[in-house]
Amino acid sequence: MATETVAATPENASPPGLPRRDVASLHVPARSLRSELRAIRVVWRRELIRFSRDRLRILTSLVQPFLFLFVLGTGLSTLASAGTHGVNFKTFIYPGVLCMAVMFTAMFSAASIVWDREFGFLREMMVAPVRRSSIVLGKVLGGATVAAFQGLIVIAISPLVSVPYAPLLILQLFALALLLAFAITAFGVMFAARINQMQSFMALMQMVIMPMFFISGALFSVAKLPAWLGVLNRLDPLTYAVEPMRRAIFAHLHVSAAARHALDPGVTWWGWHVPTLLEAAVIAALGLVMLSIAIWEFSRAE
Amino acid sequence: MPSESYSGPAVLAKGLVKRYEEVEAVRGIDLEVHSGETFGFLGPNGAGKSTTINMLCTLVRPSAGTALVAGHDVVRERDEVRRNIGLVFQDTTLDGYLTAEQNLRLHAELYGMPRGSVGERMQQVMEMVGLWERRGSLVGTFSGGMKRRLEIARGLLHSPRVLFLDEPTVGLDPQTRSSIWTYISELKRDEDITIFLTTHYMDEAEYCDRIAIMDQGTIVVLDTPEALKASVGKDRVQIQTADDEAAIEALQERFGIDAVLAEGAVTFGVPEGEHFVPRLFAELGQPIRSVNVSRPSLDDVFMSYTGSTIRDAEQSSAVTDMRRNMARMMSR
Repeated sequence: MATETVAATPENASPPGLPRRDVASLHVPARSLRSELRAIRVVWRRELIRFSRDRLRILTSLVQPFLFLFVLGTGLSTLASAGTHGVNFKTFIYPGVLCMAVMFTAMFSAASIVWDREFGFLREMMVAPVRRSSIVLGKVLGGATVAAFQGLIVIAISPLVSVPYAPLLILQLFALALLLAFAITAFGVMFAARINQMQSFMALMQMVIMPMFFISGALFSVAKLPAWLGVLNRLDPLTYAVEPMRRAIFAHLHVSAAARHALDPGVTWWGWHVPTLLEAAVIAALGLVMLSIAIWEFSRAE
Repeated sequence: MPSESYSGPAVLAKGLVKRYEEVEAVRGIDLEVHSGETFGFLGPNGAGKSTTINMLCTLVRPSAGTALVAGHDVVRERDEVRRNIGLVFQDTTLDGYLTAEQNLRLHAELYGMPRGSVGERMQQVMEMVGLWERRGSLVGTFSGGMKRRLEIARGLLHSPRVLFLDEPTVGLDPQTRSSIWTYISELKRDEDITIFLTTHYMDEAEYCDRIAIMDQGTIVVLDTPEALKASVGKDRVQIQTADDEAAIEALQERFGIDAVLAEGAVTFGVPEGEHFVPRLFAELGQPIRSVNVSRPSLDDVFMSYTGSTIRDAEQSSAVTDMRRNMARMMSR
């Protein structure tokens, strides 16, 4: 942080030839990487403890995925069967529902910063002799872990919607869920830095998650979208999580080429097919950018 | 844990100023708190006590001036200051979803305490505030007094040199208040620590070695409670009359005494109050309904230096508070 930079400058500026004075003798705080790692770990652990205490939250956050999969999915499947080329509609929307479950949990984890501010605990963390970035990083990693765990529960029920248990597939889905969980928590924490009231945060959450969910193609194929929706679809970060998940699932099913073409055309940028790894990288990059903004916001708020 | 020995003042502030937009909350404070003393900041709400304490705790950046806490600059050596201070705020900063022990363990981790020493120290501080038996309970189930005690224990966990207590007893019932003071005096006896506290309860200021009276952003006077009371040198007389305005005027005319209306009574100070009362009845020329004479208290000290009682000052400061909050909101 700024204090260290300022304190160290005269040392660095000492003329060549002269022996540099021992930097350690400066009033540089005894701030070691180890103590920062301990801070990150303890903030991360707090998220896990709190999550495990809140059994009701684990349960209620499963209601929505079940509603989408088994009520909406079953209800719409008769209507959609004409266009799914024999693919189970529930299987088709499964990746989107998985992403939604992860997103909601991640946003709720980020929201706890607003609670922490309202109930004062944020202050205990903010006055600790550690970098703000360690606190924010611990918080984001904690939220991401919790959200990824929620994703794991949804992955566990995948056979109910004809998605097979295959080690590689589970690994792919979980990796993408983890990445998404990280990005969304960072996104939430970035906003939580500026929001003082829970109601405002909840409103913001509704305003952001639902459009992202709908535009991502979670519930429909992006094959023949009108131009405006196609553009929005490519701008939606969630697209880059839903599409590779769907591709991974289809790779483990017997899906005809025609069906794949109609249901999972892939993401294209000006006609270029975006490979899965790049899609994952888009989410990771967005997550890192938002994490940096969140850190910057918390570091400057004095 | 403090390793190097430092024998200078616990707090040394020079020309400390904090401005919020057009409102100057703290207007240049000079202060020296000796190592090991209990120092009280006394003043009505909105006098700038909390802002000053927040600057000393590195939570608020001073607009001007410097301050050293435990020998470290609050702006340039923020983390060193933080490592050497313990904080207990007006509002609780505990996590209600964690147990008492988990709250303290979290604190130990954040402050980088050596793991081996945490258990023993934790038992020590929790026993001091009588919460060791409740260490496994969720903090959310604690009463207000228990939470405050746990916060004091947590503030002491990393063996700070200076413990800052911002209104440690506000919002607590009288019994809990006195038990908090018992812990604080035990603490003074058992640990080598400087205690810096703010309060707007006059009776609590009596526990302090020295107090500074703060009003409208400045330190009005600073001394031991005894010296301050002696400096007043007058007993406090409060009279109830039919016409307070006329009584105040009469006091000025006939005795040359400046009286004010405070807490609903005409209030003034005179040396040897008991001997003055007969003269008062004889010469005031106004009917008197009741008389109350008392030895100087810190209330009188406050009044003689600021011209109002602390309760009256609080009412008028509510307006200042509102203005400051507005300014803060605008600056967001």
